[in-house]
Amino acid sequence: MDAETHELIAGYALDALDPADRERAEELFARSEEAREELHSYGLVSTALAVAASGPAPSRELRGRILDAARAEKSNVVSLEERRRSRAVPVMGAVAALAAAAAIVVGLWGASTANELDDTRTALERERAAAVLLADPDARTVDLEAGDGRLVIGDAGQAVLVLDTLAAAPAGKTYEAWVLDGDTPIRAGLFDGTAARDVVPLEQTVGPGSVVLVTVEQDGGVSAPTSEPIVASQRV
Amino acid sequence: MRMEVLAVVPCADPAPPALQPPTWPMRKHLAHLSDEALVAMVARGDEDALAELYDRCGRIAYGIAYRVLRDERLAEDAVQEGFLAVWRSAASFRAERAKARTWIVTLVHRRAVDVVRREERRRAEPLDAVERLEPADPAGSAEEEAWLGFERERVQGALRVLPDAQREAIELAYYGGYSQSELAERLGLPLGTIKSRMFAGLARLREVLDEADTEGSWTPRLTS
Repeated sequence: MDAETHELIAGYALDALDPADRERAEELFARSEEAREELHSYGLVSTALAVAASGPAPSRELRGRILDAARAEKSNVVSLEERRRSRAVPVMGAVAALAAAAAIVVGLWGASTANELDDTRTALERERAAAVLLADPDARTVDLEAGDGRLVIGDAGQAVLVLDTLAAAPAGKTYEAWVLDGDTPIRAGLFDGTAARDVVPLEQTVGPGSVVLVTVEQDGGVSAPTSEPIVASQRV
Repeated sequence: MRMEVLAVVPCADPAPPALQPPTWPMRKHLAHLSDEALVAMVARGDEDALAELYDRCGRIAYGIAYRVLRDERLAEDAVQEGFLAVWRSAASFRAERAKARTWIVTLVHRRAVDVVRREERRRAEPLDAVERLEPADPAGSAEEEAWLGFERERVQGALRVLPDAQREAIELAYYGGYSQSELAERLGLPLGTIKSRMFAGLARLREVLDEADTEGSWTPRLTS
């Protein structure tokens, strides 16, 4: 590793990177075992710095608040094991919508621990909206031209892509969803794939006549597709 | 070696019963488990395991959040969000990669830093930042306080070994929540200088703390 890479890792260990560098560092950790090892070698230092900062204790109420909040979220979160067991259930069945809602949340959190803190709340809201959509009997289902699964669309154009058999994205790569409205693909979100069912809430609404695509791209995503779609919906 | 002991010693000894409201469930069956085993249980939705992790790591997590944010409410929010992130993503934690304690502290610290940058709150001053880290309100058992005191001493000693410029960069970044570009601006230095100081300082600190570990013989006793 060159000096710049060492500096990038040290900056990350101290949470001192600016956003662009933080992204670069996370891409690096995704592909380099050596970089991950160096980061972890700083773990005891950063923890020691944290321990040295300890002063006043938190209020007693904090503990209860955390446990209450965790309990309240439990209905939305299932363990990966439970999720594996639920894999055989068809998504759009009445009961299955709940299983899918749980799977969404696990997929999201499992996919991005490193930068989740900023995004978790927004993402969670989106995921909950997706769960509602999947459970909505009036939502429209569009079959896929390519790939196993379906596209589920609500009356305001909000959409969830359900993929049944997509393998996990290769190391250093990610799946990127697109909404093709006319000739221009619009970015609609990144996901890693889980080798089980993936439930992907799209970040773009889907209008009449448009098509939803998925391509394999470099980690972090790209602004326009660089490869052939591996998933394509029928025209909406 | 001390670090080997720390690998099985939790974040801090669990709070003594006297500090706990009487309604809290007894979780003696968890006391012998490592932090990492608790995370594995949290991944299966075990609330008691989450509570035990909080009892072991909550004070340290709050300490660093408060240090960065200088505000009780914001610090508690950061701790809460950090522990909820643990709750949600425990299944993705890999014990062979990192200590659970490091992971939890990192989640909370990251949150605190993001908030302080967004809110432009008052931040730690340089140089004497660590010197002023005396606990205002000792809240734990005598043993816990002794352990924290020992750790504070150890880290302060290690920081004193660093050249002033490196120490300043690390303290402002970790305790002040400054990003590298913010530090460059604040100190009127090129960004590259900040980056190299931070790396040199952190690498040296790792070395010094490792040495101290091999020399130190005092370790906290597990209360369980």
